[in-house]
Amino acid sequence: MVQFRSVTKSFGGSSPAVLDVSFHLRKGEFAFLTGASGAGKTTILKLVHMLHRPSSGEVRVSRYSSSRIKRRDLPDLRRRVGYIFQDFRLLENLTAEENIAFALQVTGTAKAKIAPRVRKLLNQVGLAARAQAFPRELSGGEQQRVAVARALANEPLVLLADEPTGNLDERASSGVFELFRRINASGTSVLMATHDAELLRRHRNVRVIELEEGRLVFDSAGDPVA
Amino acid sequence: MRSLREALSGIRRAPALTVLSVMAIGLSVFSIGLFALTAHNIDVALSDVEGRVEVVAYLRDDASEELIEIARHEIESYPEVESARYVSKVEALYEASRELTEFSDVYSDLEVNPLPASLEIALRPDFRTPVDVETVADRVTSYHFVEEARYGREWVDRIYSLRRVAGGAAVILGLSFAFGAALLIGIAVRMSVLARAREIAVMQTVGATDGYIRRPFLIEGLMTGLGGGLLALALTFVTYQAVERTLVSLAWLPDLWTAAGLAFAGILGMLAAGRAVRRELRRLDVY
Repeated sequence: MVQFRSVTKSFGGSSPAVLDVSFHLRKGEFAFLTGASGAGKTTILKLVHMLHRPSSGEVRVSRYSSSRIKRRDLPDLRRRVGYIFQDFRLLENLTAEENIAFALQVTGTAKAKIAPRVRKLLNQVGLAARAQAFPRELSGGEQQRVAVARALANEPLVLLADEPTGNLDERASSGVFELFRRINASGTSVLMATHDAELLRRHRNVRVIELEEGRLVFDSAGDPVA
Repeated sequence: MRSLREALSGIRRAPALTVLSVMAIGLSVFSIGLFALTAHNIDVALSDVEGRVEVVAYLRDDASEELIEIARHEIESYPEVESARYVSKVEALYEASRELTEFSDVYSDLEVNPLPASLEIALRPDFRTPVDVETVADRVTSYHFVEEARYGREWVDRIYSLRRVAGGAAVILGLSFAFGAALLIGIAVRMSVLARAREIAVMQTVGATDGYIRRPFLIEGLMTGLGGGLLALALTFVTYQAVERTLVSLAWLPDLWTAAGLAFAGILGMLAAGRAVRRELRRLDVY
């Protein structure tokens, strides 16, 4: 599903953000991407989303390769890869349901299909009652649920989450994590960047990929390259 | 519909910049309009003058009327020639005394008619250029009984040069103003893109195509351009009326020209917007 082969990403500074990283996230797999701030977690996620191009090596996502993908293929790739940000990135002038519908509208979903799909997604993230609320009227946990629903709108094969619980209290954090587990149970691969040690401790059975100064220093699956 | 709504909201977001862009395009197209008006009126004047462009072949006194008639027929069969009229020596004298009344006494006292017979050759509308006039004159001169062929070469050349200068000036000035206008539209569109950067980032993240993201900005550019085009049309019309009332009688531009001017303004706006938004989207995304 997602394969990194000796990927290095440098932004021109003294040391690369990611250095010679290889791993394989399989279909339906859940993995934590962990490491201290600046270890390269966000860079890895952006490489998967092809917001960054590797300086060397190759990233493969589904049938797309970073070395061959054309700009015109990016929209299709990004519909297959949902992305969730720590700061939610909701549009403030749109309600919860409009934020989710937005992702469907801009990808050309037929108008008649949008409303039922949005309702289903709101139910899935447990926010059916808050459909008409604007982001400012929602708690952090609720905003993140809207962001998750938006990321799921186009039925992605992989969900990338960049510190999704970073701005949430423990209760909201657990709720969002359980939501990810349910999404994963339905077959979507999840790669979740976090440096929340407590979360890792509570879920020891989940695969952990650890980065340190851009290098992959630990992978609990133990099979760095497939 | 969405694109139109967003384009309008883009205009509402930065009205001053939009007005400035409309004015810049308006001035650019106005300068083209003024020169187009000049060029068109020179065209009108030219076609009037050209109608009078003719080659006069003066004939030797010893030319036989039979040969002249054969030659007249031949000349009339040239593709450039509309008609060839024979003017005898007597007719020439009569016309001269009629047109130059102040010399009528001189003409009546003459014992010998000094004026030669001639062939007055009128040219077809498409063959009244300096080159065609010269070609016909050269061919006519090849008849042995033709003394010389005359035509108003200098002023035909001069009018054509004036027409070329007006056309050239329209293109050069218009394009320089258009370049400035395109820069302003680019700034306006970049501001719109920046104002909507978050929305655009979300669109890119969830997989909207570049075309979908770009469309409202293209419409915004098109509307700005058309606004400028209309302003230019209004300014050109006001100028036309002012000149017509106070100075000389003018002909207004043909409909095709005004439509082309508006289309040029619209396309200019859209191209400038397209270029700016493409650059911004590539800046936001790496591929």
